[in-house]
Order: sequence, then structure tokens, then C-alpha cells
Amino acid sequence: MKTRNIMITGVGGQGTLLTSRILGGLIIQAGYDVKLSEVHGMAQRGGSVVTFVRYGSRVYEPIVEEGQADVLIAFERLEALRYAHFLKKGGVIVANDQRIDPMPVVIGAVKYPDNILEGLSESYKVYSVDAAEEARKLGNSRVSNVIVLGVAAQHMDFSREEWLSVIEKTVPAKTVELNKKAFDIGYNLHNEKLQTGE
Amino acid sequence: MSEKVIMLGNEAFARGAYEAGCKVSAAYPGTPSTEISENIVRYEEIYSEWSPNEKVALEVAIGASLSGVRAMASMKHVGFNVASDPLFTVSYSGVNGGLVVIVADDPGLYSSQNEQDTRAVARAAKVPVLEPSDSSEAKEFVKIAFEISEKYDTPVIIRSTTRLSHSRGMVSLDDRMNIEDKPYARDAAKYVMMPANAKVRHLAVEKRELALMVDGCSLPVNRVEYDDLSIGVITSGIPYQYVKEALPNASVLKLGIVNPLPRKLIEEFASRVERLYIVEELDPIIEEQVRSWGIKAVGKEILTVQGEYSANLLRKALGGEDLTIEQAAQVPNRPPILCPGCPHRSVFSVLNKLKIHGAGDIGCYTLGALAPLGVIDTTICMGASISTLHGMEKAKGKDYIKNWVAVIGDSTFMHTGINSLINMVYNKGTGTVIILDNSTTGMTGHQDHAATGKTLKGEPTYAVDLKELCEAVGVKNVYVVNSFDTIQLEKTVKEATALDEAAVIIAQAPCALLDKSPAKKKYRVNSKVCKRCGMCLKPGCPAITRNEKGDIVINDTMCNGCGLCVSLCRFGSIEEA
Repeated sequence: MKTRNIMITGVGGQGTLLTSRILGGLIIQAGYDVKLSEVHGMAQRGGSVVTFVRYGSRVYEPIVEEGQADVLIAFERLEALRYAHFLKKGGVIVANDQRIDPMPVVIGAVKYPDNILEGLSESYKVYSVDAAEEARKLGNSRVSNVIVLGVAAQHMDFSREEWLSVIEKTVPAKTVELNKKAFDIGYNLHNEKLQTGE
Repeated sequence: MSEKVIMLGNEAFARGAYEAGCKVSAAYPGTPSTEISENIVRYEEIYSEWSPNEKVALEVAIGASLSGVRAMASMKHVGFNVASDPLFTVSYSGVNGGLVVIVADDPGLYSSQNEQDTRAVARAAKVPVLEPSDSSEAKEFVKIAFEISEKYDTPVIIRSTTRLSHSRGMVSLDDRMNIEDKPYARDAAKYVMMPANAKVRHLAVEKRELALMVDGCSLPVNRVEYDDLSIGVITSGIPYQYVKEALPNASVLKLGIVNPLPRKLIEEFASRVERLYIVEELDPIIEEQVRSWGIKAVGKEILTVQGEYSANLLRKALGGEDLTIEQAAQVPNRPPILCPGCPHRSVFSVLNKLKIHGAGDIGCYTLGALAPLGVIDTTICMGASISTLHGMEKAKGKDYIKNWVAVIGDSTFMHTGINSLINMVYNKGTGTVIILDNSTTGMTGHQDHAATGKTLKGEPTYAVDLKELCEAVGVKNVYVVNSFDTIQLEKTVKEATALDEAAVIIAQAPCALLDKSPAKKKYRVNSKVCKRCGMCLKPGCPAITRNEKGDIVINDTMCNGCGLCVSLCRFGSIEEA
């Protein structure tokens, strides 16, 4: 199989590491070779973080490069824009429609860009979800990432059952049911109304 | 068949130590090496500890090795400098039980203050270096390193990089080897490195280097992949992966041992390929040696000595491909910042108000150099804040540093800051030191240290009392202040800096990420009272922003309830949510 390239981007502290653990488990379970590359340390303190996931029959390089990604999962709008050029032409962006101001915006040195997702939808297939709002409906703001994963799952090579079984093995025992519910919310939301710009 | 799992590079190093029968591990946390110890601690068969610094960690491992067991120390590249004193001499004395040192470099400077190449230090110390290229090799190379260590009577370094340490890949698990302890016998000629003995041992070191240069050719860590002979690449570590992506048909000599270099193997490979490239991140360590043997090779004239490599970089440089790479959109930077509720922000807001310069140190608080706080003027290395401030005073006089303080975290103070404080008192310095005591090693992800009261294994232990420690070394003026009590803090800083004696202010409050109490307060802005003056925005808390309408708002999912903004508001407009 040709190597598939996935990227997860967000702001340090948003829980991108849990997401990459779920993805890693899923890919191994399906019997592919896999490499994931993560950011630890200083950059995690509220900085821009990116995780690369590559899987296929034989994977060498642990990073995804410009123009190579099939799917970009972004937990924040600005981070979708920052890494969009890593996508192949017509690649898929799954974005949490959330804004977190970086320090240069907070102190007024620059402006947070307007209409990010609308702009990106001119070159890519953009699916956005207000995961925080959906999570709030579920009564737990901490499962937003899994909702976004649920949306992204529609663009990857694994069945719903495979996803749920890995989530069950990866998240803490007492949050299994909550996380499965969150995944399904994202998974079912998809395609109905999420695509931006169409 | 052995079980296959997905492992972080650092997790695989830890697994390798376990399978190799390692019994003792010591380390000081440092990105990107920290997770090695955090995973070793899961194996009850290995005694593991956080030592106060890398020199101590390596000496602990040396002691364990001399007593006859397999032992390991792990650290980041700059920590390796701290440990280089014992390293250079244990290279002479050799080992009893196997001794392995894992050192993680940081090409691309993800979380470091420089981009040095561990192989250069290892060469100077005449210590063998292995370099794995993925998680699977990370585990296997630890086992091979222990064998080399015992067979050749030498410490062995395993060089990692951020990309290897923080990538996950497939690993097959094996059982732990049953390694018998070696008997200890007094051998002063080997273990007491006084001049007469060290002269003799130096000969042994040179002999060992020559032997390994030959024997290294047949080690199972190297691999020759002949394919298209018109292009040959010598590489090692993570860059091997980039070579395989960018030039899938090239012939490749993948070196697993990078010091000493397996000369015959390299000469043989070089003689069979038409055009030879050497692909190594950071310095031209392989390249310069290979060229010194009269072999023609292309390397750093087309490849950079800075940062990480990638397959695209090699496609362009070696493959001559004219890649049109999509350019990034122009977007606002998102540099790392102090977290909402971070006690350092509160201290820095006071220093900013008083227009005080900070001689800084290594930790999250280095971020106090950035806008809008901008109070850290210098950062060199672990422990340097106190000694650089002292140097300024000795150069320019005590009045010159009345608007300066040294700023250092509790873990960094225990690492090497204490030496500098002893020096300041001993040499009659009058500087003011602020110890930002958040009861943890914050930046590397919350590791315990000698002043937290817990060991790496999570067991309760004696906690060094920072106040008593400072008093014991002769500081007469030691103040303990709550980091969020900005009024008291301001008063104390003014008082301490005015003194003509050394002073230490211990600013205490737990790291915001450690304090997981569910009953944390949240704050909100009462827009009817708020004058929109922006005083509360000055310390740069990411949870409090001005929206498009100009109103001040607090993001309730980000707010950690520290109350710093409340103390800054003169109109009482910020209230509990």
C-alpha cells in the first residue's frame, strides 16, 4: 500500500498526544507499518504543535513534508492555516472551528486572520465542526478532540468498529463510554452539513 | 513470535535497558531525553533515580558499573557537557558491569539553547558511539551497547536526536536477559586515575580505539545495501530514513557505529560506488574523517550543518530535483508562552513594573524574555543566572546590579544553581536571587527533584528545605513569598535589591499544570464596571483578551483562577464566575 500521510495540529496543551496514541493503536491493529512524530517539551507550553502520522506497507521517514499530507486534522483554525501547505492538492482538512489567540494577537501586534476556513475551502476540502459546542451538549468539554477525530474518521481507511475498539483500549477506563459517544457524534455529524464553502 | 508494539524512541531505549538486564539507571530530565527515565521506572527490576544533575547521574551509573552490574545514564546534549568530567576519565578507567550513556541531540533546536553534536564530544573522550535510526533499533542498540561495553572495557554512548526520541515506531519485545553480576575486585591501577595509573590506561584507550575501528566493521549494527552503484550514500541515524525516501535506488552504507568509524567497511563501500555522498545531521564528523583517508566524498558543501534534514532536502541537494514546494501562508506566530495561571507570570509582572533586569536560567521562565513581560535579559545554561549576575557585579560594582536579579527555578537551583550561590556568598557578592519555586521540574513535564519530597519512583523522601539550604551556605537575607502576592513581592524585591548583602527571595506557588484541584476558581469581567484600560492584559495571560468590540473577556476553559488579573484591576471589575 502507498503510504498515507496524516497530520494533527493544534496548540500545546490541547491533547494532540492522546489523539496520536489513538491513531497509532488503530494503525497497528490494522497491520500496517507506522511512524508517528510528536512534539514534547518547551513548544508544548501554548505553542504551535504538530504530529505527523505515516502508515503503509513500509514507512521510512517519520515526518510528513510540504505537499504530502492526505488529511490535516486541526484543533484550531489558525493552526489549520499554518500547516495547510503540507496537504496534497485537494487534500482534506478537518478543523475544530475554534479560535485561540496567539500572544502576538493578544498584545495587539498582529490581527487574527478573518475567514480562515472559507479561504482554505477554495483549495482544499474543508470540514469544520464546533467541537466545543458539541462537547458541551455531551456535558464534558474535554472530549472535543475525539469529536473531531470522529469527523476525520470518514476520510481514513478504518471502520467505525475499529476506531471504537482502539478508543476503548486507549482512554482511561472510566471515560470509555463518554469517548465512544463523542466519537460517534463526530462520525455521524459528518457529510450532512460540515463542508465549508459548498 | 514476540509481541509487536508501537513505541516512542525513548520508550524503546528504556525497553532495551530492561531487556539487556540493566540494573541501575540515573538521569536528570532534559528534552528530548526525559521519557527514557519515565519509562524505565515502570520496570521494577531496574533501580532508577532522578539525580540533581547529569554529572551526578553518570557518576551513580559508574559506581553501579564498577560494583559489577549493567548501568545506564541518560541526558540531553547540553547535560552531556555537565557529565563530561566523569565521562572523559571513565573512558580511561573502563568498566566492570556494562556502562551505557544515552545522549539526545536536538537538531533544529526544538527545546534547547544550542545545537551541539554529541559525536564531537564522544570523539574527544575516545568513547564508542552507536546511532540507531528508529524505535526498533533504539531497543536493540542498547543491548549491543552493553555487550560492546563489557567486551571492550569502555563506556558506550548511544546518540539519539529529538526526531528519534520523539517518534513512535514498531518494536518487537523480547524477554529480559539474565545477566549475572560480575565480581568486584580491587584494582587500583585501573580504577584510581592518578597520573601514573592514567598514563598506562591512556595506552589501553588508544589500543581499544584501534581494535574497535577494525572490529566495528563486523558489528551487526552496520548495514550495506548495494543497489545502483553510480550513487552511494554513507549515513546513520534518522537521516538514513530520509535517504531511503529520497533516493530509493541508491546504494547505502548505514553506519550503526559512528565512533570510531569502521574504516575498512567504509573504504570498501567507497571503492564500489561512483559518486559518494555523506549525509549526517549537524557537524561533518563522518565526512572529515573519511576525507582524511583520501576518499572523495560530497557532504557539507551541499548540505547544511544546521537543523534537521528531510527527504525533500535530500531530493533537492542530492537528487537535483527541482521541487516546487508550496509556501506557508503568512500567519501570526504562535510562540510557546507561560500557561494561564503560571506563578512565574505573577513574579515577572512585578519585575516588569519595577523595571528590573533578570539574569535568567533554563526552564519555562526563560519565556519571561518574550513580550509583553520582557524581563529576562540573559540565558546561557543551567545554573548560570546567579554566577553571571555575580560576574556583572564584580566587573561594575554593587550599585550597577541594584536593578538586577538572578531568576532561577527550584529544579535548576538544585541542579547547579547552588554552586553559584555558594560562590556569591563566599566572594562577598550582594546580588538578589529569586528562586521560582513551583515544586517541580516544569518545562520537561513535571519531574521530581531533591526539594520536592518524592523520588522518581514516586516514593516519599526527605525534601531539601530551600530556605534552610540558602541560610546554611551563608545567605543572611532569605525571604519566602507567595508568588501571587504581588504587593508583598514588590515590597520584598525593593528591600532585597537595596541591601548591600546577598539575598534570596523564594517565590512559592505550585505549577499551574500540577494543581489539579477541581475547586479552582474561575473569573469573569463585569463589563458594566470594566473601563477597558487594559491593565489586566499587561502580563500577557492567554486566557484574557480584548475582543473585536474592544471588551475585555476571559476564556473560561483556559482560566486557571490564579487571580493575577484581579490584583491588577484598579476598578474591581474582575469577579469570580
